Parts: sequence; C-alpha cells; structure tokens
Amino acid sequence: MSTVSPGFRGRRGRPSANLPPGQYLVEDFPVLSAGPTPRIDLDTWEFTITNETGERQRWSWDDFRALPSEAPTVDIHCVTKWSKLGTDWEGVSLDTLLDGVETSASFALAESYGGYTSNLPLEDLLDGKAWVAFRFGGEDLEPVHGGPARLLVPHLYFWKSAKWLRGIRLLDQDEPGFWESLGYHNYGDPWREQRYWGD
Amino acid sequence: MARAAVLGRLSWRTAHLVAVREESASARTLVLDVPDWPGHLPGQHVDVRLTAEDGYQAQRSYSIASATDGSLELTVELLEDGEVSPYLTQVLRPGDPLELRGPIGGWFVWRPGDQTPVQLLGGGSGVVPLMAMVRTRVANGGTTPMRLVYSTRTSGTVLYGDELRRLAERDPTLRVDLVYTRRAPEGWEGPVGRLDAARLATLAWPPADRPACFVCGPTGFVEAVANLLIDQGYAPERIKTERFGPTGS
Amino acid sequence: MTGPTMWTDGNMLASPLHDIFQPDVTAAVAGCRNCGWTGPMAEVRVFDHAPGVVVRCGTCDEVLMRLVRGPGRAWLDMRGLNYLQLPMADQT
Repeated sequence: MSTVSPGFRGRRGRPSANLPPGQYLVEDFPVLSAGPTPRIDLDTWEFTITNETGERQRWSWDDFRALPSEAPTVDIHCVTKWSKLGTDWEGVSLDTLLDGVETSASFALAESYGGYTSNLPLEDLLDGKAWVAFRFGGEDLEPVHGGPARLLVPHLYFWKSAKWLRGIRLLDQDEPGFWESLGYHNYGDPWREQRYWGD
Repeated sequence: MARAAVLGRLSWRTAHLVAVREESASARTLVLDVPDWPGHLPGQHVDVRLTAEDGYQAQRSYSIASATDGSLELTVELLEDGEVSPYLTQVLRPGDPLELRGPIGGWFVWRPGDQTPVQLLGGGSGVVPLMAMVRTRVANGGTTPMRLVYSTRTSGTVLYGDELRRLAERDPTLRVDLVYTRRAPEGWEGPVGRLDAARLATLAWPPADRPACFVCGPTGFVEAVANLLIDQGYAPERIKTERFGPTGS
Repeated sequence: MTGPTMWTDGNMLASPLHDIFQPDVTAAVAGCRNCGWTGPMAEVRVFDHAPGVVVRCGTCDEVLMRLVRGPGRAWLDMRGLNYLQLPMADQT
C-alpha cells in the first residue's frame, strides 16, 4: 500500500457518473504519442480504403474536403484513464467513405503516417459510429492531435482512433494493431473496461 | 558502496522532508531523510511517486543534487502547468512523507576515482546532476580537473550561484562559467546569448585533452551543445548526454 | 506539450525497465535491426507519453522496443533490436 501524499490531488476533476469505470475527467487535452509527429504536406496527403481483394479507393485532400462532413460532439476515453466529455469535431463519416466500397470483409485495420496501426471490426466503423476527423474544437486539427486527419471512433478507447490517418484496410482476418499486439485489448470497450488482454 | 549504487533491486521507500531551500524564484531544494539509503553516484536520479487519497498516482524522475554522503537532496523547478512540481515546491511541508525509489541510472554518472578531466555543460535545471558531480568531487577532496559551463536565462534563474562562486574561488582546479542567454546581471562585460562554438572554445577544456563531457538540460540545449562538441572534435565516445524531456513536470 | 520533440532519451528507461532487467539497461549497448545503428541505450528516443513505452532508434526512428505494463503483468517486445548487450558481473 503506497503512502498517501498529504494534499495531493493531481490534475483531474471529480469522478462523474457519466464516465466509464476507472476513468477521470480532464480539462486539457493530453497529448500521447508512440512516435514523432509526422509532417504531412496537404499536397501529397492521401487517404486510401483498400478492400480484401486489393481494390483501392483514394482521396486527395481536395477530394476528401469536398465530401459532405458532419460535426459530431462526443465523449472520448483514453485507456490511460483520462476522459473528456462533449468534445466537438468535424469529419467525414466512414459511412460516406465506405459507400460504394464493395466488401464482405469483417475487419478493418487503420494505418497512420509514421507506421501506427489500430484494428477493429468493420461494423464498428459503420452506422454513424466513426469519422475521419479534420477539425477539433472549431479549429483545424493540430498535428500533435493527429492532424491533418485522424480516425475518430469514440465508443472505443481512444488508442483505436489512429492519428495521422492515411488509410483503412478491410480484411477477412483480424490483424492486431500496434497496441493490440502487445497487451492491449483487441476490442477495447471502455464501458466494459476492456483495457488489456483477458479483460 | 558505489557498486551497490548501480546494480541491485529498486524498491519504493518512504522518505521524509527535513527542510526546504529556495534556490531561485521557481526552484526549491528538498532536503530528505531516507531510511537505509544505499548511497548513489553523482548523475543518478530518483523516481518520486505521489498518491492521492483515492489511490490516483503520479510519478516523476528527479536528478539527485547532493554529493554521495549526507542527506539526499533534490532540486525541483516549478513548472506552471505541472502536476507534480507544484505539489513538491508549494504543498509538501517538512515532516511530510515522500515516496521515492533509487538511485537509478548507470550511464550518466561520474565516478569520483576517475582522473580524466571533466567538462560539465548544463542548461537550466540540467545543472542539477552536474552539481551533484561538483559536490561529490569536493566532498572526496578531489583533484580531478573539472570545468562547468552553465547556461541559464538571467541572474535570477541561476541555481547554486553562491556555492559555485565560493567553490571556484577556493579551488584553482575547478572552473565555473555562466552563460546568460537572455539578460546578464549589472556590470557583466561578457556576451549575452546562447552558447556558440566561439564561446565554447574559450571556456571548455580543449578537445585534445579528451575530457569526459556531461551535457544535461532540455532536449534542444543538449542537441545543440552535443553537436557543437562533435563539430569541434571532442571524442564522441567521451560525451554523455541526458535530456530533460517532456516527462518532467 | 506541443513542439517537435515529444521524446526523451534512454536515461529514462532505467525506471520502467529496472523491474524487468536486473542490470542497468541505460548502459547497455543496443543494435537497431532496421538501420544497423549501435550505441548506448541512453541515446535512444523514448516516447513514454503513451499507453506504453515506445523506444525508437535515434538514427532511423524505427521502433526498437515496446513495453506495456498491465495489472500483474508486463509485455515486452524487442523485435526492433539486433541485440542488447548488457553489463553483467563476471561469472565466478
């Protein structure tokens, strides 16, 4: 049992009934990163969806920004225990991007500039549950938070919302991503506190 | 004792704060009483862990400022948006417990028996582990030729100013030079601004002496100074660096 | 915490890896499988503001090691290393 430090509270608010188990509220937006922030030129940026047969759909930044976008307000929960409620984003729904993609795949692998990956069932990207987000809090998404564009899948722990998104691969077989291959839960539902393998 | 300080198991201990010294407007030295402290080598650090009543924990690393003998001292800089430094510099009171473990780190250390001339280069709070080296050398009656180049913003941000001045005055084999990057004190006749190649050449041991170099401070400072040293022909295998990165707050 | 450098150096590996490796790992020599760089672990780039600790080569940025601490267990992946040469006491 650790010694309690008299008077220490740390940088967090009170736990709230709205939060998944084990989470606490923060006011700031902590920056977590597994690597250096990639510098991505909008002239060369592209987003690709590749289906299980290898067929590709590609969008340049201009193509992407011409698509209809939405402005979801969502709660986000990081596996390192901080949560932020009511965050405002702007992004293109994965329903829009996947419309017209032929697939019978069950799984998806999000891939980032810089090599990061995260995996999730394809159905967790559909029906209004996920976006490719390019604005946060009314401003262009900052590079440290994943700009120019990141995946936003708020119903799962936030490590699934891959920053610096460059593409999504649709797969017949599930492929664990960067953290899922080293102890983090393959699915990651914060409400069932699925942080690690075996949870 | 020195061997035990580098190898061996680490476990959390409860130390108690004995006294606080104000080093500058934003930095405090915590003088700690640590039961059964195994000793340490200058350059090593400790992990400090804070626990709130509901079990929430935060952990940070701090370089040991003190010489190998005597009480354990840590110098903590208050960071405005920090989580741990505000507690350590403004809330923790003499008599309060503080959990820590250490000593940690076997790379960025100076061993007092070593006679190789030493070049210390510190930026901001990077001077803390270097001060442990200076103090250890003094405590051991050392004769190892040692120079410290200490880069800091103004005379108000200098740590250990009086002590460094006194030590250098008494000991011709210890040289201390301050580099003021933003504003120099009254009467200062030297240059003001970041350490550059020309300045380094006038202050440091020449490369031909192959000094053991210890560079410590924020990442930007360390990268710049390490590059200067390499450019000027200092032996790269004798350069050791420690960057105070984003984890310290 | 914006800015180009989100990493600190391998001196910070001493704590998380001390629970796993008895000898001090910061003085160990590492070899990068990707670019062939070798040098002290103290010189690698450590990203520890993440769900785990990610260690990258200072020359090519590829991942050398990853460490995740979970309740009651840890996962360590060292596939990015050619080898790790650890300082050890002589065998007697």
